[in-house]
Amino acid sequence: MKLLLDLFLTFSKIGLFTFGGGYAMIPHIESTCVTRKEWIAHEEMMDIAVIAESTPGPIAINCATYVGLKKKGIPGAAAATLGVILPSFLILLLISFFLDSFLEIRWVASAFKGIKIAVGILILDAAVKMIVKMKKTPLPIMILSASFAAMMLINIFALRVSTIILMLAAAITGLSVYLIKRPDHKEAFK
Amino acid sequence: MILLELLLGFIEIGCFSFGGAYGAIPLIREVVLSYGWIEEEKLSYMIAVSESTPGPIMVNLATYIGSTKAGVPGAIIATAAVILPAFLIVIVLTLLLKKLIKNGAFQSMLGALEACVIGIVLATGVYMILKNGIGSFAAASADIVAIAMTIALGGVYFGSRKILKKGISPILLICLAGIAGVFVYGW
Repeated sequence: MKLLLDLFLTFSKIGLFTFGGGYAMIPHIESTCVTRKEWIAHEEMMDIAVIAESTPGPIAINCATYVGLKKKGIPGAAAATLGVILPSFLILLLISFFLDSFLEIRWVASAFKGIKIAVGILILDAAVKMIVKMKKTPLPIMILSASFAAMMLINIFALRVSTIILMLAAAITGLSVYLIKRPDHKEAFK
Repeated sequence: MILLELLLGFIEIGCFSFGGAYGAIPLIREVVLSYGWIEEEKLSYMIAVSESTPGPIMVNLATYIGSTKAGVPGAIIATAAVILPAFLIVIVLTLLLKKLIKNGAFQSMLGALEACVIGIVLATGVYMILKNGIGSFAAASADIVAIAMTIALGGVYFGSRKILKKGISPILLICLAGIAGVFVYGW
């Protein structure tokens, strides 16, 4: 019970003090869970990063679930996950109650019109950072270009094609290429 | 039945959002707009608010959208729905399928998926910037003020990396954009 409470409180603290989403959280989780609490080993932190990147969903949730599970099974996973989301849940709940009336103030509305421009830049920047990190071999570059082109068309012509279709098509392509040229599959991807 | 819509919509987002919050934004945008939960402009605002408040961005968006559509129950359902797939998948992978992650076929699929998500995020960023500058493509007209602001803010954001080691942070960019907005669009 004490460990469950500790998991919950520790992850609440991590959730409360990380800005900028899950990737920003990984160093905090490492310094808290590996160095200070000694809950998990450094190598496990590597595993967590791989699992977080290989699975869908918020990265912070992936990390909290993994650490909680390691320390105290499924109740531990639940405690850590609840902990990591609770602070932001409460903060956003509060914001949602007054944002609309806040937006009726003229200077706030103007500020948000400017902020809208920053959001476009941030999304572009996120893509650029991912491209820098990506392994630049022909297959990923081809898939990236194809999905970029398809998504631009979908946006411009407001087509009702889900991005999930694009993702499934890419996954099938990746798998097919792996099966066709199995011996040197490591060349195609990292 | 708005609660059921929130549940299904956010489970879909939770199941297919690879690559962290920004990887998920195209899908969130698609789901939110197709259900008509909030308009596109408001979604942009909320992305900025979620980036500037602590915690996972996807969770922040889910809480906000759930709450505005259906109060506290909506917030709880949307938030639970967006985290549930990740929670269950990590448990199953860790307990049962640890080897799967290192499997070559799985990794190839993942590599392809990653490249695809990057393309989608890139297109979303480019499209949002174009839309700020020229409006919808059906009735395009150049908004000189918005284009100038995009160039100025983009210049400051990317240019600051040449001077400072890490450049300015996203939150600082959002603050600068807000201040610029107040001066340009009036108070």
